[in-house]
Amino acid sequence: MLELRNVSFVVEEDGKTKEILKNINLTLDDGFTAITGPNGGGKSTLAKMIMGIIKPTDGRIYFNGEDITDKSITERANLGIGFAFQQPVRFKGITVMDLIKLAAGKNISTTEACNYLSEVGLCAREYIGREVNASLSGGELKRIEIAMAMARGTVLTVFDEPEAGIDLWSFNNLIRVFENMHSKMGGSIVIISHQERILNIADRVVVLSAGEVAQSGTKDEVLPGLLCGNAPGCKTLLDKMPS
Amino acid sequence: MDKIQQNLLEQVAGLHEIPAGAVNIRSNGETLTRSTTANIDIVTKTDKPGIEITVKPGTKKESIHIPVLLTQTGLKESVYNDFFIGEDCDITIVAGCGIHNGGKEGSEHSGIHTFYVGPRSKVKYIEKHYGSGEGTGERIMNPTTVINLAEDSYLEMDTVQIEGIDSTVRTTSAVVGDNASLVIKEKIMTHDNQLAKTDFTVDLNGENSGANVVSRSVAKDKSHQIFLSRINGNNKCNGHTECDAIIMDNASVQAVPELTANDIDAALIHEAAIGKIAGEQLIKLMTLGLSESEAEAQIISGFLK
Repeated sequence: MLELRNVSFVVEEDGKTKEILKNINLTLDDGFTAITGPNGGGKSTLAKMIMGIIKPTDGRIYFNGEDITDKSITERANLGIGFAFQQPVRFKGITVMDLIKLAAGKNISTTEACNYLSEVGLCAREYIGREVNASLSGGELKRIEIAMAMARGTVLTVFDEPEAGIDLWSFNNLIRVFENMHSKMGGSIVIISHQERILNIADRVVVLSAGEVAQSGTKDEVLPGLLCGNAPGCKTLLDKMPS
Repeated sequence: MDKIQQNLLEQVAGLHEIPAGAVNIRSNGETLTRSTTANIDIVTKTDKPGIEITVKPGTKKESIHIPVLLTQTGLKESVYNDFFIGEDCDITIVAGCGIHNGGKEGSEHSGIHTFYVGPRSKVKYIEKHYGSGEGTGERIMNPTTVINLAEDSYLEMDTVQIEGIDSTVRTTSAVVGDNASLVIKEKIMTHDNQLAKTDFTVDLNGENSGANVVSRSVAKDKSHQIFLSRINGNNKCNGHTECDAIIMDNASVQAVPELTANDIDAALIHEAAIGKIAGEQLIKLMTLGLSESEAEAQIISGFLK
């Protein structure tokens, strides 16, 4: 469904060239893909590149066979690609209902909007008229982002570290929401994550380290080498990779 | 009314026709229509231009519409409207002014509204200012609002200027009595070379009095906005003033909140924030399929809602 061919991203920093992504070749099919790896490995850059927030300095990106490399964020959104920020965006004056309507791309009823919020475990009527501002917690905002993805009916949704900045209780709820989303939504879900529990509900795991794909496969293929707990002498894939 | 007047009336008062109840529509310096009710009287001032509105004690769930329309280019007027609201009332007042200037000369309206709100009364005051017309003459609007709140009374003022006024100086002063509360919500958008200055002064004189003055504004193009807000806590009271502005293009915004506590039990807070639209807000809405300009319009519309 989404294919990255020889994708690189290079920046100039202090007069030196820095390769953030190095010749990435990756195909993301339908289903749930988790992308993990050390901090600074290029995960968030890759996520933003899929949405068009960042453009590759080399290589091409194809979505359902169409070259979308030069397409804007808006154009990609209208092809069915969605993106949830690591730190959800807050708006003064814009309500939860406003955002869900915008996500749906049409005028939907309060009941319909409430149904999306209920799906993510929010007591819907209580939230519908609230402003998407600092009065909402990180966990609430992340669930609202997921409700928006559901309302939008995206065929590929990228979540950039959904676990970032939320407490354990909210995280447990978030896992349940993703499990539910996985079973109900079609298309592709791509989650950038460090969390074992999220990796465990993925169909496929991609390990990105130092801007390169270190490993890619089913979770049964990847996770044992990635996480070996406290086993003596065990070196994980990440231990072997440059940071 | 002609079509231009009808459009102004719709813009400033949301009216498609003359409403029921107490009404005074002023057009080009003349009274276009007036009606009163058993509880609300409107009479013309004899000493200067304007009207006196008297609301009988105990009047509830009634409204007063007093919009002003200017379509005559070059007309400059000052109008003095006084509101005497008896005790135990609960009413809504819809004012507002629309200027359509199709000529070269400037048109100007200065409305001086003075409120005397009786004990235990509740007033919702809505005013909207709007300008239109292809003429090169300036559209100038200088509203002055003077509010006197007796004990246990409440006044909420919603004041909006979204479009078409080249220059405005908006002066509001209030004296708040025992257990009385004042809420002011201002929304302003300026564009081109427009100037908007708002100047609030609230004297919290009463014990347990309160005030909340909140301004949200958007400054576009080369427009300039100045926000002055003074709250003087002269008794045991609570006061809060907030200015939140989005700045765009080559505009400039100045916010000057000022608090003075003259009583040890005065609790006063001010907040002021000026900044451009955050890039991540635009991107978020673009990920929902909006173009950049649509996203910007949506953010501004929500901010000023």
